[in-house]
Amino acid sequence: MVCPKCGTSNPDVNTFCEKCGAVVSKPVPVAVAHDAAGTHEHGQAHAAHAPHHAPSGFIRKYVFSLDHKVIGIQYFFLALTAVFVGLFLSVLMRIHLVWPDAKIPGWGPIMPEQYLTLVTMHGTIMVFFVLTTAPQSGFGNYFLPIQIGAEDMAFPVLNMLSFWTTFVSFLVMLAAFFVEGGAPLGGWTFYAPLSAIPQAGPGQGLGADMWIISIAIFCVASLMGALNFITTTLDLRCKGMSMWRLPLTVWTWFITAILGLLAFGVLLAGGILLLMDRQLGTSFFVPGGLVVSGVQIKHNGGSPLLWQHLFWFFGHPEVYIAILPGMGVASQLLSTFSRKPIFGYRAMVYAIMAIGFLGFMVWGHHMFMSGMNPYSAFAFSLMTMAIGVPSAIKTFNWLGTLYRGRLRFTTPMLYAIGFVSLFVSGGLSGPFLAQPTLDIYLHDTFFVVAHFHLIMGVAAIFGIFAGTYYWFPKMFGRMMSETLGRIHFWITFVGAYAIFMPMHYIGMAGRPRRYSDIRLFEYLHSTMTVERFISIAAFIVAGAQFVFLVNFFWSLWKGEKAPDNPWDCTTLEWTTSTPPPFDNFAGKTPVVYHGPYEYSVPGAPADFVMQTDPSEVHSEGHGHD
Amino acid sequence: MGLALLVVLSLITLVSSYFFAAKTWWMPAVASTYGPAIDAQFAYTYVAMGVVFIAAQIGLGWFAWRYRDRAQKVDYSHGNLRLEATWTVLTAILFVGLNLMGQKIWAEARFQGAAPGALQVEITGMQFQWYFRYPGPDGKYAKTDPTQADASAGGEAALGLDTTDPAAKDDIVVNTLYLPVNREVDVTLRAQDVIHDFYVPALRFKQDAVPGLMIHMHFTPTQVGDYEVACAELCGLGHYRMRAMLKVVSQQDFDQWMAAKEKDKSAQ
Repeated sequence: MVCPKCGTSNPDVNTFCEKCGAVVSKPVPVAVAHDAAGTHEHGQAHAAHAPHHAPSGFIRKYVFSLDHKVIGIQYFFLALTAVFVGLFLSVLMRIHLVWPDAKIPGWGPIMPEQYLTLVTMHGTIMVFFVLTTAPQSGFGNYFLPIQIGAEDMAFPVLNMLSFWTTFVSFLVMLAAFFVEGGAPLGGWTFYAPLSAIPQAGPGQGLGADMWIISIAIFCVASLMGALNFITTTLDLRCKGMSMWRLPLTVWTWFITAILGLLAFGVLLAGGILLLMDRQLGTSFFVPGGLVVSGVQIKHNGGSPLLWQHLFWFFGHPEVYIAILPGMGVASQLLSTFSRKPIFGYRAMVYAIMAIGFLGFMVWGHHMFMSGMNPYSAFAFSLMTMAIGVPSAIKTFNWLGTLYRGRLRFTTPMLYAIGFVSLFVSGGLSGPFLAQPTLDIYLHDTFFVVAHFHLIMGVAAIFGIFAGTYYWFPKMFGRMMSETLGRIHFWITFVGAYAIFMPMHYIGMAGRPRRYSDIRLFEYLHSTMTVERFISIAAFIVAGAQFVFLVNFFWSLWKGEKAPDNPWDCTTLEWTTSTPPPFDNFAGKTPVVYHGPYEYSVPGAPADFVMQTDPSEVHSEGHGHD
Repeated sequence: MGLALLVVLSLITLVSSYFFAAKTWWMPAVASTYGPAIDAQFAYTYVAMGVVFIAAQIGLGWFAWRYRDRAQKVDYSHGNLRLEATWTVLTAILFVGLNLMGQKIWAEARFQGAAPGALQVEITGMQFQWYFRYPGPDGKYAKTDPTQADASAGGEAALGLDTTDPAAKDDIVVNTLYLPVNREVDVTLRAQDVIHDFYVPALRFKQDAVPGLMIHMHFTPTQVGDYEVACAELCGLGHYRMRAMLKVVSQQDFDQWMAAKEKDKSAQ
């Protein structure tokens, strides 16, 4: 390349002129606003992987790939495996609850401690390896760079490392089942001193250590991923892709990554402190004078509440990490399949930011009954009610998007609509739990279980299903079956309500959480009918997930070949080929002219205007809310 | 498909709402002084959230059907700022208002201690049994020494009661909680090993018992009767069977019971 400033001939690989230092390399995707000082680091980073060569060899292409698309799919399949493990554990739980003395073939009866292990591992696997993995690391990895017009993530090697670290974390978690004493039984919340004292229960020995180590590894992987997402979003947007033109999916991946960056460090710290209490004789979480199973515990001076503060300071942002990407997908799909711009784009962005920010202020609402200062309960309660406001804004705006639209009921759209319904149902039990006065009765009952399952265990999962049906054509080049998709949707949607709505009722009856057998309590006898109903619904819904599995794998090989833009959608992933080439845009960096949801623009030739379409869109001047 | 969504969403909404309204499975009859206020706060919250639930779900279903693709013209709109501001403010008023309404009950229950003269009872949770200790006529709890605790022996020994302490002479340790009706009780919650939680649904009472802390709570039972006590914080494999009975009796019956217990104790 010849230097445009001094005329010296430079090797192609150079970014900067050897003689005068001016930029000589071919243009690479860099946001227009950056000045020279900022560009220097970018230039170096880009020189490292520009020109972008396609990888060769099986290991480089499919195992230790640096390609964000491969890594996204790897995360997706990790989550798919994890969700079936978690589902299996929950089916065993539901069997045990209605037939407590049943003998599982090849195992025998489920003992109370084993039931608690099922509860603990079900929660842990679902929250970490499914809900924190698929929506963010799975779809986010695959589509964030493409939706902003970049060739890859900012740090491809870090990206590859973050997946394999997560993979190791998952193996360690599964290994906890097979070590002496088995997997732990303290719930995914792992409260001390139960979790700090190995004698406090079966599985609280080596199994608990494995759990902590697995989670610590997961934290490290998440921090790596968060760094990548934030840097990529801020630095690698193509020309014309201002922050206010980002698809809402990108906004949610971006804010979710910020939450992850700030929250996972705290969990990591808590985990290390807990491991120290268990192995090194420290007393962060264990007070003096404890007697466990007849053994005098030598620790002294620690606070069980400290664990709760550390855990929930992470734990609350974590649940927003689980739901925000699903909200982004819902927004994208509702707009696309209503052929209408998202209602109140800016309000949606501010709502995502508000949810993220307030999410760090509310952790104490998990601790109203903990013995924490009751005055702080008032403060946490007010903040918690406040966070309901941006969530409500998003719901109104989703409805506003459908209003006077032209709805196409594709499978992704069905799941997006289902998401809104389930988010409303799960969200509305929030204002009950947010009031300490009512939480006196409801804390640690099935009312809480109903709340978080509707929001995480169904709405967030519907976000994943919606994303899968929507992006499958782009990722794999084939369409999934609409018929099987519809069957899967209807059974899962109605079935999920059948499982989790009744849990509110037994919660109101005072049915405590984490009981392996409810028969000892007279006041719970009338709830057994409901438990049976829930279990039967659960078996049916679990079975229906195999319809999804069959659809997914059959479509991979036999699905109808997908065009580049089967949904007539506007965002950047639909401008490139199906599946995308290794550098996403075959060397042609996109330039963006419009916001992400220009549907049914008056005067436009089609009912959608792609973000890369250079034609003028007259009406866009108004209403950039 | 739009019609199917409307029908299914409406059915789900109707059926769900029915069981809430009918209270088919619900809280047991209330038996404490601040219980009715809690129940009233529940009622307000249910009405408010119920209206939103029904409106949102049926609204969603209605839109799905009304705006199904019939080749109609689409309203190209990016939103409506005034509408946005209106529903934001209304939501904030509703949520914050509901919250502030319930604060008085919380304040009465938790910001202040029991009135002087309240009955004293100490409640200790350990894997997997509740122990109740009355300080007796001297009004003093004897010292407990965890190094002397022997759970297998039950009773005083399980708490590690220091029998050399003169205050121990009239301490009564039992596994069933007897309380006189209409008398405020000041409980001290303790835990021997891990976190437990003392939950009496009928009294609308719940509080974690935390190792290392002595947590004071107060309440007043208002109905004679037997009430089940459940542990409401995961405490190990026996969490599901950490059951106790609260027996609320007349003041007379309580005094008689107490006297009998003290008599047995001094006879030992």
